[in-house]
Amino acid sequence: MDLHVHTCLSPCADLSMVPRTIVERARQTGLDAVGICDHNSAANVQAVHEAGEEAGIGVIAGMEVTTAEEIHLLALFESEKKLGQFADLVRDHLPGVNNPELFGDQIVVGKNGDPVSLEESLLIGATDFGVSRTVKEIHRLGGLAIASHVDRQTFSILSQLGFIPIELDLDGVELSHHAGPEEHYQLRSLPVVRSSDAHFPEEIGSTFTTFFVEEATVAEIRMALAAREGRKIL
Amino acid sequence: MRLSRIAQNLALEVRSAAGHLDTDVRGGYASDLMSDVMANAEEGYLWVTLQTHVNIVAVAAMKELAGIILINGREPEKETAEKAEEKNIPILVSGLPAFELIGRLYDLGIPGLRADAEDS
Repeated sequence: MDLHVHTCLSPCADLSMVPRTIVERARQTGLDAVGICDHNSAANVQAVHEAGEEAGIGVIAGMEVTTAEEIHLLALFESEKKLGQFADLVRDHLPGVNNPELFGDQIVVGKNGDPVSLEESLLIGATDFGVSRTVKEIHRLGGLAIASHVDRQTFSILSQLGFIPIELDLDGVELSHHAGPEEHYQLRSLPVVRSSDAHFPEEIGSTFTTFFVEEATVAEIRMALAAREGRKIL
Repeated sequence: MRLSRIAQNLALEVRSAAGHLDTDVRGGYASDLMSDVMANAEEGYLWVTLQTHVNIVAVAAMKELAGIILINGREPEKETAEKAEEKNIPILVSGLPAFELIGRLYDLGIPGLRADAEDS
């Protein structure tokens, strides 16, 4: 699985990141499932999910949320309903309006890539929720909270906070395709996933995590992260 | 210069460790990335930041900083203020933005890491 893929909704992602392209590329690269994690919005998850059902690719409902400290966290949910509740909360705590000329277009699309609307919130911005509150809200809705690309110098929990707070109840950390061996980072023995953070189709599946699970669901991923009931990360 | 005098001069409000303002401030460092502060700030320095997360206390304690000034009217999170009290790390708050506050610290004679930089 590649748990961290953007769509054309993210202002920084390529406009070719539309549902069918994403799931087709996922299929070609041998993935079973992708996590759709746009910045601070979930408006394209359903469309990718529909395209994924047709292509036989699992789609994990997610978001890459930006905390007040400008830390990126992956929030993965069991259902689009739970993700939707989280997205509503994020919308109420995300100030600003996007300027497409400066930051890029934020296009909500249908299954076939047809534009439905333009998202007006400043998705590149940060919520006013601190990281502890954000993790709590994700957990309150039954989701998984994974710190994004912790090896990077920007928007990562290690760059912003210097180290991972011991009290913070993260479910895992993500390393990017740039990352070296995990022992190079102070990860507090948290479960490690690797994913592509794809903004372009060719990046999808370039980095991925092999999960030993029954199916591509958040419940199974949760067990694999905790190495419970025979599930694990390979 | 003593932290208490700086606080008085710049009308800073103390949010934690009020009994530890007697410390001598050797210099100042401004950054909002804690990884950067850990790499560059020096013992006895006053740290100017907008980060309010509890990790600022650990960073300040580790680097033995003189204290932390939160700018632009930001308040420490509850947990941050409690931890700072426990670790005797003074947190002070200013209504000024970072640029204005740091200018005033300079005026008071608080140097940065490279005190000679303005001459070069």
